[in-house]
Amino acid sequence: MVTSIGFEGSANKLGIGIVRDGEILSNCRRTYITPPGEGFLPKETAQHHKDNVLAVLKEAMDQSGLTWKDIDVVCYTKGPGMGAPLATVAIVARTVAQLWNKPLLGVNHCIGHIEMGRLITGAKNPTVLYVSGGNTQIIAYARKRYRIFGETIDIAVGNCLDRFARVLKIPNDPSPGYNIEQLAKKGKRFLQLPYCVKGMDVSFSGILSYMEEKTDSLLEDGWTPEDLCFSLQETIFAMLVETTERALAHCGSSEVLICGGVGCNERLQQMMGAMCAERGGALFATDERFCIDNGVMIAHAGAEMFKAGVAMPWQEAGVTQRYRTDEVETVWRTD
Amino acid sequence: MEGMEILKQGAEARIYTGTYLGKPSIAKERFVKTYRHPILDNFLTKERIKAECRAIVRCKAAGIRTPALYLVDFHKRTIWMEHFEHSITAKEFIENLSSSSALEELKQFALEVGKTLGCLHASNIVHGDLTTSNILLVNKNSTKSFKSLREVDLVMIDFGLSHTESSTEDKGVDLYVLERALLSTHRVAETLFPQILVGYQQTYKKGSKEVLSRFEEVRARGRKRTMVG
Repeated sequence: MVTSIGFEGSANKLGIGIVRDGEILSNCRRTYITPPGEGFLPKETAQHHKDNVLAVLKEAMDQSGLTWKDIDVVCYTKGPGMGAPLATVAIVARTVAQLWNKPLLGVNHCIGHIEMGRLITGAKNPTVLYVSGGNTQIIAYARKRYRIFGETIDIAVGNCLDRFARVLKIPNDPSPGYNIEQLAKKGKRFLQLPYCVKGMDVSFSGILSYMEEKTDSLLEDGWTPEDLCFSLQETIFAMLVETTERALAHCGSSEVLICGGVGCNERLQQMMGAMCAERGGALFATDERFCIDNGVMIAHAGAEMFKAGVAMPWQEAGVTQRYRTDEVETVWRTD
Repeated sequence: MEGMEILKQGAEARIYTGTYLGKPSIAKERFVKTYRHPILDNFLTKERIKAECRAIVRCKAAGIRTPALYLVDFHKRTIWMEHFEHSITAKEFIENLSSSSALEELKQFALEVGKTLGCLHASNIVHGDLTTSNILLVNKNSTKSFKSLREVDLVMIDFGLSHTESSTEDKGVDLYVLERALLSTHRVAETLFPQILVGYQQTYKKGSKEVLSRFEEVRARGRKRTMVG
């Protein structure tokens, strides 16, 4: 039996969670929300995490009903992510690991998402679409690694949505993507936008510049913000579903798992579901509790590593902004 | 599809086999994708059928072997074209060879692939979806033997994402897409790709230097994406 605590703070979400052999004992989170029209910056985000981390830690411990003695391993996000917020949270993880005299493990954020998705949905060996504010990757498991088959060649899909929300001054509470999704439900007219797929890779920067340039004149021409949100979602999600389908055909698999913050978008899930059904496959998706960055995913992935015998020397307990999904050898997977 | 049998469902289309005017053919039907908006779906389907036909014709002019085009029907969203009964994909070929660790043969093959790509780009054809599933090896004597490279032709397929009239940027991305597909699919990718670039430079003398430096740029851009999570 392994009980593990996970610290996550690679972007504007601060999360701490405790998990015991796949059973979630607590999952606490705070989000740093900026005013409409603004994104979150490293310095302020790190300050937010610093101000809240002890309260969240206490809440996570209380909710789980455990004491520090019950914890077997302390896990934290090593990367990828924003430097300052990552470092802030890593310091706390290192400190508690030393206070409690427990082993410490740095976890790849993307691997956390994938392992969490597999745990919650029970998907055995899915092709993974990982979509968030900072990442857009199509991943499949082969030869002891999560291999990246497709990814964005410029900005992430969530970044494209977030920045479009800034153009329209859509509130960032609870998240810009959620608010775009709600507006899109009321959109009626479809505006044709640039569509950019390159093999299994996608590109969003052209669509974003197009929107940034044209939004004002489009609004004057009678297009509503709802129509624009609708058209943007339809276009970029179609690109994601198409490239995922390409990866499925290339690998000969039929299961898809969606994870990452954008993954809780119901329209994306619906489109992906339709594609899977057409191929006789299945879609696995989770809701906002596990899609959006959280501490449990770090705790769970860390526990898997810990059980497989992974240990991290103290000298390596740093953070890194660049940490590719395929850099990690998945020693805990035996298939 | 009348008189045709379904062969497989690819990412973009259903592939049927049968005969067209007595010749062994495949029909590639880009069926309606219900997940996407009808306006977008119609637009993309039409664009891709056009792109595929245009590229096949241009390849013919450039001396690159592709399936011959028999019939295009926009209404049925279908292209009829030549069926290579005696063929395997480069993906299967590489996997067979790498399990028998015939490294020299693999390098020779990679060189040939590179030469073909060089020809494509020299004629301003950008494939748009270069993977080892989209390169076929066809036996010259219509037998099912793919042991020696001397008895096979390389055939490029799946030009749905292709475009002509292209810039160094697009060609650079094309190479990047191929490198990524190789790395994720084949354990021998690190031996293959440099050889492909060697072959590429041999047949694309004028522009390859520029394309390769742009390719390095695209690569650096791609890696950056691991920064924020």
